[in-house]
Amino acid sequence: MQQIIKEFTKGLWQELPPFRLVLGLCPTLAVTKTASNGLGMGLAVIFVLALSNMIISMVRNIIPKKVRIACFIAISASLVVAVELLMQAYAYPLYQQLGIFVPLIVVNCIILGRAEAFAAKNPVSLSLADGLGIGLGFTLSLVFLGGIRELFGTGMLFGTQVMWQGYQPFGIMVEAPGAFICLGLTLAAMNVINTWQARRKGLEAPENPQSGCAACRACAGIK
Amino acid sequence: MDVFEIFISAIFVNNIVLAQYLGNCPYLGCSREKGVALGMGAAVVFVIIMATLCTWLIQYHVLVPFDLAYLQTIVFILVIAGLVQFVEMFLKKMVPPLYAALGIFLPLITTNCAVMGVTILVQREEYDLMTSLTYGLASSLGFVLALLLMAGIRERLDTARVPKAMIGTPIALIMAGLMSLAFMAFKGMTS
Repeated sequence: MQQIIKEFTKGLWQELPPFRLVLGLCPTLAVTKTASNGLGMGLAVIFVLALSNMIISMVRNIIPKKVRIACFIAISASLVVAVELLMQAYAYPLYQQLGIFVPLIVVNCIILGRAEAFAAKNPVSLSLADGLGIGLGFTLSLVFLGGIRELFGTGMLFGTQVMWQGYQPFGIMVEAPGAFICLGLTLAAMNVINTWQARRKGLEAPENPQSGCAACRACAGIK
Repeated sequence: MDVFEIFISAIFVNNIVLAQYLGNCPYLGCSREKGVALGMGAAVVFVIIMATLCTWLIQYHVLVPFDLAYLQTIVFILVIAGLVQFVEMFLKKMVPPLYAALGIFLPLITTNCAVMGVTILVQREEYDLMTSLTYGLASSLGFVLALLLMAGIRERLDTARVPKAMIGTPIALIMAGLMSLAFMAFKGMTS
């Protein structure tokens, strides 16, 4: 039980996907125009990630090593199709807002990365906890980033005006440049916090986390 | 919109990285040196065109006639994964010099959302085959352009003094933001 809690909570801070692991940047940049879009995307990812982790962990001993990545892709793609159909049925406006990023959940590095790095090696309960934790961390990050961009870009938060009367919206924040700059500054702030935490514990300051394909072990594993 | 306009707009106005937020992992991960960037870019151009062709044919000759369009996502990703694998084996056997240049980048491309993104975008816009291929070529050229620009800047940046917390990804993202701001100026080019 203790270990389940540990695997769940590590996704919330220690291995926060976009900010600490620097994974899944495309949806992080694209759907954070508003906080509610970020929330919707995050929920879809939680659904796919938790179930794909659970299913992969169930079948991990049956799948031959050589074709495992193809199997992971097939499993997560089926779940993404399920999410697409569910969203079309129950949340159509959100589905239209998120656009092609709903089907693109299938190529989100977080899904394959967790499958390869965790679910393929651990029992079902731990994998489910890991999926839920990482998914929740991803959702919170998206809501945080979406909140900042929406607040400065339109003066609203979840669609209600929160800035003072006569606030001039900083329009660039809801466009593409704002997305890149916000994420860059957030990552820099994360690095400052990391260094500060390490120094308080008397440890050497850690290297800044690197993004890229090397960080997501799944891509390199396709042979 | 005629084909030429689609071509220009996909490279500059709706640049796949800087305006559509696709393919950010290789954009940030493979832009340390110009050589690596060029190799990755060439591999992406190649795979995007092949993938657009294959998925377009499958969409209109298999999925639509059999009323299976809702399976688009799963079929496309499997086709792209298979295609990348096939291209890799083909190049290894038939064109070793090209394999030596592109080989290490090919496996990374399956999970590149630019490839999957272009194939889905083309279907959502309901382009015909020629327009789709043009769009695929132009988008991938836009990707190469952004990647090369980024690699050029980052090579200079290695010798610059950057605040410690900003080294690596944060400063790269800020630069991507500024580059994207510059690309927004192309907006007036197409109607």
